[in-house]
Amino acid sequence: MTAYIEILMMLLILFDMALLGVSRLRTCITVSSLQGMLLGVFTVFGHTHGITLRILLIAAATFLLKGFVFPRLLRRSIREANAGNELEPYVGYSMSVIAGLVMLGAALWLGARLPLSSAIGIPLVVPAALTTFFTGLFLIIARKNALTQCLGYIILENGIYVIGVAAVVEIPVLVELGILLDASVAVLVMGVAIYHINREFDHIETDRLDTLKG
Amino acid sequence: MQLSAFTNLAFGMVCAPLLQGIINRTKALIAGRTGQPLLQTYHDIYKNLRKGAVYSTTTSWLFRAGPIVGLATALIALAVVPANGCAAPLAFTGDLLLFAYVLGLGRFFTVLAALDTGSSFEGMGASREVFFSALAEPALLLGLATVARKTGTLSLTELIAVTSVNSPELVLVLAALLIVFLCENARIPFDDPTTHLELTMIHEVMVLDHSGPDFGFIQYGAALKAWVLGSLIIGILLPAFENSWPLSLVSLLGGMFGLAVLVGLIESGMARLRLLRVPQLLVAAGALSVFAFMLVLR
Repeated sequence: MTAYIEILMMLLILFDMALLGVSRLRTCITVSSLQGMLLGVFTVFGHTHGITLRILLIAAATFLLKGFVFPRLLRRSIREANAGNELEPYVGYSMSVIAGLVMLGAALWLGARLPLSSAIGIPLVVPAALTTFFTGLFLIIARKNALTQCLGYIILENGIYVIGVAAVVEIPVLVELGILLDASVAVLVMGVAIYHINREFDHIETDRLDTLKG
Repeated sequence: MQLSAFTNLAFGMVCAPLLQGIINRTKALIAGRTGQPLLQTYHDIYKNLRKGAVYSTTTSWLFRAGPIVGLATALIALAVVPANGCAAPLAFTGDLLLFAYVLGLGRFFTVLAALDTGSSFEGMGASREVFFSALAEPALLLGLATVARKTGTLSLTELIAVTSVNSPELVLVLAALLIVFLCENARIPFDDPTTHLELTMIHEVMVLDHSGPDFGFIQYGAALKAWVLGSLIIGILLPAFENSWPLSLVSLLGGMFGLAVLVGLIESGMARLRLLRVPQLLVAAGALSVFAFMLVLR
């Protein structure tokens, strides 16, 4: 079982690298949706406790929300804002992938030192979660397109979610579903906000928004 | 030194040009053509060897050395790589470094020969070749380092004898090596071997001025290079048959056939990448290797 979970975590990291290296917004969204589905599968198997109805419920909600609903909302935002498909990076794609590898190295180093890793028992879970977390942050910082901010937030949340599933099993189902709901509302609000930003300024480039401050 | 080691060498030398034929046949079948004969590369090499060579007066001995060194280095590389468990004639500890850099030496001389002609096209090709191989080299070496670390040996013969794909790290390495294979052998998506436009060529443009036996050497050297890189991939992918060399040669041939068909499928399925995108793909291959290396290091 551990071996399979390790493979899941490797896929998670590969998706992170893909997100950093891909130059098209739509492909990015597809990758994030795949990552979401992977998290759904991980929810069922990624911990030592048995499979209960509660866990199945959370897994199904994750799978559907992260795998289908979020990508759909994001794609709709692209359509409504007439956003270009290019991500317009501050940091080039090859450089981003190299940065991703550095983040992975840092995550492996951190993961080996955190007491959390030994508590979970599967060595790759914490590094993979941290890498996903860092990737989300990196996407928020290093891309101009406002939709990527939203995407980065989703990826960041994915990272937290992995640790949540693996480590803290006793969170009540309501809280977990609440977090998922929060995230989906955030995506929705962001979509609306982007639509309005686009209507007002004809573009959604974040580096030009700072001219707004009075 | 065993007889089987030389069988392995002779086998590679005879079968190497076949790889090209299988790739072309696969592409032709998918496109609905009959395609060129399976043994076309042999005919081409034979034809070129019979011809006389023309040398430009502006070239020096470097131009003539290029194809010879290219072929010699490919032969050395062939002597280092075992045929899926059948020991290589030139096996020693650390030969995987020799393998990587003897191919590098061959490339260096091809590039020098190209620059020696003073043609701007060949200069461009040389520049691209060096740039791409500089990016492909870390992917290859780190991939090999990963397998070496995993198996605890630095000799290709021992390394291939004990590996088969039994861990996810090796899958990552194989993916990286496949990208390196396509790049080093100037296949789509890096370079289109059938192109006739010098501006977009990489490998073909460097050898435009070679003729006759020299060009035959280059074609044969390229076939050998594809064969050795391929047998590295097959060696890591398939379990080795250490005790029986006929079986290991058959499994190598089968694996090579599969690899050639795979390359044919890739070439039929996609166009070559824009030159700007090529480094990104190579960086991705490097990233796969680094990732695998980090996984075996922890």
